[in-house]
Amino acid sequence: MRIRKETLWGWILVSPLALGLTIWVAFPLGVALSMSLFKWNMISAPTFIGLQNYAFMFAGDHLFWQSLSVTLVYTLTSVPLQMLVAFSAALLLNAKAKGQGVFRTIFYLPALIPTMVSTALWLFLYNPQYGLFNLILDKLGLPTSMWIRDSGTVIPSLIIMSLWSIGNVVVIFLAGLQGIPKELEEACVIDGGNWWHRMRAVILPQMSPIVFYNLVMGIIGGLQTFTQPYIMTNGGPSNSSLTLMLHLYKQAFQFSKMGYANALAVVLLILTMAASLLVFRSAKSWVYYEGDRK
Amino acid sequence: MKARASRFWIYALLVLGSILCLLPFAWQLRSSIMTMPEIFSYPPKILPSDPQWKNYSDVFTILPFGRYYANTAILVAWNIVGVLVSNISIAFALTRLKFRGRNLLFALSIGTLMIPTTVTLIPTFIEWSVLGGLNTFLPLIVPSFFGNAFFIFLLVQFFRTIPFDFDEAALIDGASYPRIMVQIIVPMARPIIAVMLIFTFLNVWNDFMGPLMFLNDQKLYTLALGLKSLLSSYNSYWHILMAAATLVVMPLVVVFFIGQKSFISGLTMGGIKG
Repeated sequence: MRIRKETLWGWILVSPLALGLTIWVAFPLGVALSMSLFKWNMISAPTFIGLQNYAFMFAGDHLFWQSLSVTLVYTLTSVPLQMLVAFSAALLLNAKAKGQGVFRTIFYLPALIPTMVSTALWLFLYNPQYGLFNLILDKLGLPTSMWIRDSGTVIPSLIIMSLWSIGNVVVIFLAGLQGIPKELEEACVIDGGNWWHRMRAVILPQMSPIVFYNLVMGIIGGLQTFTQPYIMTNGGPSNSSLTLMLHLYKQAFQFSKMGYANALAVVLLILTMAASLLVFRSAKSWVYYEGDRK
Repeated sequence: MKARASRFWIYALLVLGSILCLLPFAWQLRSSIMTMPEIFSYPPKILPSDPQWKNYSDVFTILPFGRYYANTAILVAWNIVGVLVSNISIAFALTRLKFRGRNLLFALSIGTLMIPTTVTLIPTFIEWSVLGGLNTFLPLIVPSFFGNAFFIFLLVQFFRTIPFDFDEAALIDGASYPRIMVQIIVPMARPIIAVMLIFTFLNVWNDFMGPLMFLNDQKLYTLALGLKSLLSSYNSYWHILMAAATLVVMPLVVVFFIGQKSFISGLTMGGIKG
């Protein structure tokens, strides 16, 4: 009798999750997959066209290839750079120094800013005529840049901007560093190890699961980049900052090509899963878990 | 001697990093109290000669920013209710009650963290247009009542650390399961619930894609959308734009400093125990 009551309450309390997974995940995924086989402008009835959306994407839509390359270049450069900068910042914030509490708060603050606000702010900072960056470069006697207004510098500009708001990653790294058992580092020092030995033998292996987590999250986020190019450049100049997500958004909400936009969403899903899988597979060779044999 | 040199470099880098982090903010604040000609002047002015505080009140006359504040606050409040009701009961069932399908449901829920939200964007949009929910707050509120994978994960991790002796003692005393949840587990889980609330506040405040898709009516705009429409119609009024940007950020900074401790612990729990 008691067991049945437990089961009953279990099902009642967990039912929002079961329903949610159906309504907000399984059903939309099914719709995305099936609608990618249709042509639909949201007004007339959808027509079944088989794989034509995909055929057009791969063979006819040069903007798809453009957006794919923009997204990959952006993700593959920004994510490793973010890891490097965030890890260095975390090491710095973990060093023995007075006022670390204040420094940690300051390093985190930019990550608190909503993407929409930081995008508006950086649009202003990047302004070629009176933006802060060109004023500084000009003062230092260095050549100024067109930043986001030039197809050659727009992606690097977006990457620099992404480095400003990596406070979340820094905080996660910092907590990881603080969790490293002191004995391990001391043992290394007693054995005569220098800074580099400590890094190679203790810190990096201990931190590898956290690097792994941040890497996966960074890649998933990077592949979905939307707000920054949408607000700052609308994909320009000449589509040099058109990300996959922005391309998808325009197809759906500007041109009402719902079927095609869903085909793009399916490709984005496959791309994300492939990237995550790749990182997961490589994890065996570089991620160290306590209790595993080395 | 060597230690002193390395200490010098640590401080130098910390200060440099702080400057890089704060400079854009400083520029935003400085520009928000300038006049338009001052911003465009050449040679550039570093500080305003006469602080223009009225830029801030001008934001409210150009666009109904007061209403945007209210709309955003309404969304935050409803999401907090949804997040509390759903995630606590889900995590309670997943950790304290035994029933078939429990582990499968938890695994599925964690699995959804890997699916980019953007993939389900268009179907969700279509769902809501069929249900007549476009241009209402419903699409931005209702999903919070169905649990959030990240919050469920956080709560499950925490609930697992609470000894089962409490549940057993309460059951012997004749307490029902909902009562155990509300009177025993919830009070003990206060710190992690605080984390969840702060994250909910930040997520709703920061959300841009959701309001952008579902809200057309200017009267329903959130702060993020309001700032976006200001940016497209007043694109060179940087003094006004920077004042508006500051207005959007201010409540976040306040919440952050109030809840800093629980906030940091929440961020790190996802990464470290994950």
